[in-house]
Amino acid sequence: MSLLLQNVQKSYLEPSGSRLPVLDIERYELPQGQQAALVGSSGGGKTTLLNVVSGILAPDSGEVVIDGRDIAKLHEVVRDRFRASRIGFVFQTFNLLPAFTALENVLLGMSFSGRKVDKEFAVFLLERVGLQHRLDHLPQRMSVGEQQRVSVARSLANKPVLLLADEPTANVDPANQELILNLIRDTCRENNVTLLMVTHAMEVANAFDRIDRLHDFNRLAPKPQEAGS
Amino acid sequence: MNILTIARKGLKQRKLASALTAFSIALGTMLMVAVIVLAGAVDGVFNQQAIGYNLIVGAKGSALQLVMSTVYRIQPPIANLPLMYLEQLREDPRVEVAIPMAFGDYTKPEHGSFPIVGTTTEYFLNEYAPKKTFQIEDQPGSRQLTKLYDAVIGSQVAIKNDWQVGDTFSIVHGSADSDKIHDETFEIVAVLQQTGTPNDRSVFLNLEAVYILDGHQKPIDEVETRLRDFYGDDADRLTRGLWQLDQLRKERAAGEAEGDPERGYGIDTPEAMKEVTAVLVNMRSDFDAVRFQSQLKSTSKAMAVNPIRPIKQLMTQFVGPTKDLLMVLIAMIILVSGVSIFVSIYNSMSDRKKEIGIMRALGAQRNSVFAIILAESSVLCVGGGLLGWIAGHTVAVVASPWISAWTGLLLNPWYVNPYEFVLFPVLLVLGVLVGFLPAMTAYRTNVADALQG
Repeated sequence: MSLLLQNVQKSYLEPSGSRLPVLDIERYELPQGQQAALVGSSGGGKTTLLNVVSGILAPDSGEVVIDGRDIAKLHEVVRDRFRASRIGFVFQTFNLLPAFTALENVLLGMSFSGRKVDKEFAVFLLERVGLQHRLDHLPQRMSVGEQQRVSVARSLANKPVLLLADEPTANVDPANQELILNLIRDTCRENNVTLLMVTHAMEVANAFDRIDRLHDFNRLAPKPQEAGS
Repeated sequence: MNILTIARKGLKQRKLASALTAFSIALGTMLMVAVIVLAGAVDGVFNQQAIGYNLIVGAKGSALQLVMSTVYRIQPPIANLPLMYLEQLREDPRVEVAIPMAFGDYTKPEHGSFPIVGTTTEYFLNEYAPKKTFQIEDQPGSRQLTKLYDAVIGSQVAIKNDWQVGDTFSIVHGSADSDKIHDETFEIVAVLQQTGTPNDRSVFLNLEAVYILDGHQKPIDEVETRLRDFYGDDADRLTRGLWQLDQLRKERAAGEAEGDPERGYGIDTPEAMKEVTAVLVNMRSDFDAVRFQSQLKSTSKAMAVNPIRPIKQLMTQFVGPTKDLLMVLIAMIILVSGVSIFVSIYNSMSDRKKEIGIMRALGAQRNSVFAIILAESSVLCVGGGLLGWIAGHTVAVVASPWISAWTGLLLNPWYVNPYEFVLFPVLLVLGVLVGFLPAMTAYRTNVADALQG
């Protein structure tokens, strides 16, 4: 099992002092190598879920098991190291560091894992996403599609077991959407990486064999008709 | 990719702000290094054994002025002593060496206004500083001061004017800015090798030549008055001196009567008419030197000065405190520069919140982002300091000829003061201090919030 959430609860402290519950998940699992699209209404807790899964946020309670380890119980330092080495992240807004070239952005992803930085592998990944001619280019010199491809390469730099993608095609032009989507899915498949992709777009979700609706397993997520009312 | 590389990238991203803050540190450091180097060099020049004699004997007056004029040649002489006094000194069994010096003239301004020193060849045969003897450049025709109008020049004089053995020059009377040029022309017979002392920027003439230059001989009546004052308690010498003056009066009168007004003004001028500005003395023992000094104190004739003591007093009372004050002011400039680094980095933190969030999301630990920000401020402080250190020494290199020309001090711009080794650890600490608060901000960054931003 690559990802298992069990009895996970997460709430935020509001300025008034009260707590706003966002996640209440009894069980959610995603086997190794499987790919799932996660859809849900805005404000339903999708981003919070990704943050909890990635270890950026600690749940109030419950288990977040990735590759056999409950990261909710790890000390923050260990959790950071675990995230760097086992979890890849593709953001909606790419989140490349502007002062770093495409290659350096990928190398940066490797730097925090505690493993040896493998420049050859970083170049290989960029070649895999079709950016062999852009290695030394800064993000601002690249198109949004190219930037997202760098982001995909970076997310795979540490050979993760789980890749989390937060609407990776939302900011990309239609011509590049399918390219990016296929790239993420193909590279995950090639490397047996479990993929959990959050998306709003049903045409993106429909490309997946497995579509998970947040309100189906998060008791606190509004159902689509509720969200509209 | 290590912390320093990541920090360097961060600084590169904010090129202008980084450059300006590093520049402000560099500027402060440059000033500090320039002051350290120049003050240290001045200190070195004055504290070194710039003279190989344990006493300077001169007319009564300021001890400091006697040293500054005789050793460093950057102040006018106090007054003169009769040349007869040199003979008296040499007769003293405690005196090992006594070398006359007469100065007050300069090379022409276009030739650098170097001081002229009338002396004897003995000066070059003695050590100019402890265990250091004069060496001359290997140039054809080099010789000692044998002829009347021979001149030996210091290395700086030769470099400044591109003078060699065989070249000739004339000198100005009285002061460096005087417009009275002596008619006589002097021929260079030797160029001294660099000594690192004021001898390098001095021109040495035959002492006898100094006496026959126009304007150098005082009226006989004035000399008589001075002799009476000086040798009031030494009837033998006074009588001999007055007799010489009487003979000179008669000779000059005869010369005028016979239509030869030059008679009595030439090289055969009697000893009583001649004066020296100072006498460099080596006593046979330090004890003799101390006794001789105190002995002269009780008379009104002359004074003997240990060349080191007045300089040490000057350094302690004036140069040292002035340097310390400057250092405090410059340290405050550097501190203000440090604050500007703090402001710059701290202000950039809100813009960099997302960047830090990304790094944290990629697995960077809190300690790592903390270290990155500290590394940035440290690189700015130490990097700026390094630039300032180089610039400070460059300033010293550029300024040293100008300072030498202005003050007469020979400075070594590559002189590295031990204080400079403390500078970089201090700048590193400053970098850590000013980077601490921004680094804590980075440390506390809420990753989820930062990524949303």
